[in-house]
Parts: sequence; C-alpha cells; structure tokens
Amino acid sequence: MTNMKRRTFLKGSVAAGAVGAAMGAGLLTPRIVLAAWPTAAFEAKSVDSALDALAGSHALEGSDKISIRAPDIAENGAVVPVSISSDIPGIESMSIIAEKNANPLTASFTLGKGAEGFVSTRIKMGKTSSVIAVVKAGGKLYSTGKEVKVTIGGCGG
Amino acid sequence: MASIKIRAKLSDGVTTVKALIQHPMETGQRKDKKTGKLIPAHFIQEVTCEHNGTNVMTALWGPAVSKNPYLSFKFKGAKVGDSLKLSWVDNKGENDSTETQVS
Repeated sequence: MTNMKRRTFLKGSVAAGAVGAAMGAGLLTPRIVLAAWPTAAFEAKSVDSALDALAGSHALEGSDKISIRAPDIAENGAVVPVSISSDIPGIESMSIIAEKNANPLTASFTLGKGAEGFVSTRIKMGKTSSVIAVVKAGGKLYSTGKEVKVTIGGCGG
Repeated sequence: MASIKIRAKLSDGVTTVKALIQHPMETGQRKDKKTGKLIPAHFIQEVTCEHNGTNVMTALWGPAVSKNPYLSFKFKGAKVGDSLKLSWVDNKGENDSTETQVS
C-alpha cells in the first residue's frame, strides 16, 4: 500500500519536472515572444491602417532629421538594401514601409537602451514605390520617404 | 543549427552590429511552379539582441524582409569583450540564437 502511493507520487513529480525543464530550456518561450508580434499591423493593406495598428496613429510629421539610404533603381526587387538613420532624440522605434507592397509594413525595430538611431536591412518590393521610414520618438511619429524604382518585382514567383 | 553570422565592432564608443541569418523568408504569396499551389509562409517574426543580458534592439519583421536577412544596427555603452546575444523566432516557432563578443 505504502509502496503504491510512493509510485504515484514519483510519477507526478516526474511529470511536473518535465514541464519545468521544458520551460527552462526555452521550449515554451516562443509562444510568449510571439505574442508581441503585431499581426494586424503586418497584415494591414494600407500604410495608414498599418501605422494605426502598430503605433496607434497615422499622423505623420515630415522630418529632415531622418535619412533613408536606398537605391534609386533596384534591379532586383527581392533584395533592396535600405538603411535609415536619424538623430531625433529619444527614438523608441524605427519602421520601414514599402508603400505599394501588398502589406506595406516591412519591418519595425524597437530600440533598447543605448541604441543609436540607425538600422539597416534588405527588403522585398513588389513594384516601384515609395519607401517610407517612420521614426517614433516621444510618442510622435516622424517620417521621410524615398522613391525606389523596381525593374523586376520581388514578390512574384 | 548555425543559422546566424554576427560581428560586433566597437569604434569611438559606438558598437556596430552586423548579422546575417540564413532563412527562406517565404512570403506565402509565391506559387510552386510545378504544382501551382501556394508555398506556405515561413518567415522570421522577431529578432532580439541582448548586450550583457540587457535588450538593445528588437526587430519585428514581416514576410517582406529579404531571404537570408541582413541586419545592422548601432548602440552605445559596450566594452571590448562584452557578450552579445542575438536570437530569432519565426512564424512556425522555429528559433535559433548565437552569442559573440564585442571586438
């Protein structure tokens, strides 16, 4: 009898231990991390609704303190290098938007402690469009844009 | 799986981080030419970078970031030899991370 109880107790603790180990090893963390991914913003079909979903507003203020580095003509729309830099103080996030893509929001970078106002990446563009850099600082949105001509689209098959 | 190549260089107090990640970044809009069926979306959604355990940058990506993504950013406050950890998670829950030292 006592033996039986000991057995169930052991089984129970082994199961609990497995869950604990899974959490410890980070197996359950992706779910938590992904909760932060703004699905609505990335699935939005227009620049305004993407910004509404991402930042709660689409009131953009043009700024000459943001610069975009992207090619004037992109021969291959599948790989368009884009860098944005800004010296606006207190930047919270920097986003890259390709205006005429099916889902305009491409990437959004949240800057942590000590991060400088600079991000660089490569994006896909379906067709010739304006690339918009949106910088969020002090609760306001600042933006600047640059036209990129695409000769071969990067979103088709 | 070593899917990440990363370099962090300190110069004049600013650390420049450059990373290349191997990933198909499938948009979910492309069709398989043979079968005519849509290839399901498979792309990185979040990349995070920690300097000595403190988050310095979080990138939220949509499927329109290029295949085998390149990422670069800058931050202040690191010293040579500091640890820098970069991790990514994609829409299927796959993930990878790597650690490097600031040089």
